[in-house]
Amino acid sequence: MRLAGALALACLTACGQADDAYAKQSGLAPEDLKSGYDFLQAETQALQDDDFANPGFLWVDKGDALFHASEGAPSCASCHDGTDQDLTRAAAHYPKVDDLSGRLVNLEGRINLCRERHQDLPSLEYESEALLGLTAYVASLARGEPMSVDVSGDAEKYYEAGRDYFFLRKGQFNLACSQCHNDNWGKNLRGDTISQGHGTAFPGYRLEWQDFGSLHRRLRDCDAGIRAEPLPYGSDTYTAVELYLAKRAEGLPMESPGVRR
Amino acid sequence: MIRISIPDTAKAGEILDIKAMIQHPMETGYRRNGKGQVIPRDIITSFECTYGGVIVFKAGFQPGIAANPFLSFCLRAAQSGPIEFKWTDQRGETWSETRELTVS
Repeated sequence: MRLAGALALACLTACGQADDAYAKQSGLAPEDLKSGYDFLQAETQALQDDDFANPGFLWVDKGDALFHASEGAPSCASCHDGTDQDLTRAAAHYPKVDDLSGRLVNLEGRINLCRERHQDLPSLEYESEALLGLTAYVASLARGEPMSVDVSGDAEKYYEAGRDYFFLRKGQFNLACSQCHNDNWGKNLRGDTISQGHGTAFPGYRLEWQDFGSLHRRLRDCDAGIRAEPLPYGSDTYTAVELYLAKRAEGLPMESPGVRR
Repeated sequence: MIRISIPDTAKAGEILDIKAMIQHPMETGYRRNGKGQVIPRDIITSFECTYGGVIVFKAGFQPGIAANPFLSFCLRAAQSGPIEFKWTDQRGETWSETRELTVS
């Protein structure tokens, strides 16, 4: 029934065909999609489920305060609270191509563009406490919203670049992301169960870090783990990977601020 | 950042669940940075909760406590008054926050 529906849709619209193609490229069947949450032990899941015990909310609270504070310029909230520029659910649709520059930006990049263009404030350093806080706050507004990004038009080349990085063998171990997260998820890697490598919990709190971090920090750890050279924070390649991962995780709910091991 | 969870009002004799969390790296002093240098110890050493000026809960912290320590304890509501939460680090720097509890 489901297949027949999918086929009918594919015949009707080119869009349906494209979606099938994306599912195939991701290496994960849509019904197999599992959040990183499902690979955690019960205690870590409990930490994420309790909005007080979840340490990520320290950053959400900080971001909330920054969002509503005016540092010599109108606050973020003056444009975004209770207007048609409301940010509820916005984070589930990032990264996105910026109309003015034609470049792909993630949430961090969008916040910095907003500061420069509309608030006349300097951009914040990647992974600074202020940028982490603001990103955490904006991402938390989209909690529960299914991931859904646009990879058509200008975004297509970034999607392809991200996908290529995901399947590229690299580092001293000569491993591609796909070899763990597509081919071997659910199996054990020393003490851990290999997840599918979705970024839906980020920005999030990692117990290993004892700290809150962006998806780029997580990707840097992945690259270091396979003994490849990590790319700089905010690099175009990581942002493209972020887009690929978001498309790959399409339909999974946003969990930021998530808790991961 | 400090996060505290406590009701504003309570009935006399009621047992309240109190939760408190503070953002702090709790650096153990046993780790090294990328250059192999020791990262100096930086920890919170004590926490105190006072209710109407009387200590009702006290904790001593050691380097084994995780970052952003989270404490949860119970308190019996007796009379209206301020509840103060105070953290002190190894250099004697303190952070505190006070909440008013109204008991009926």
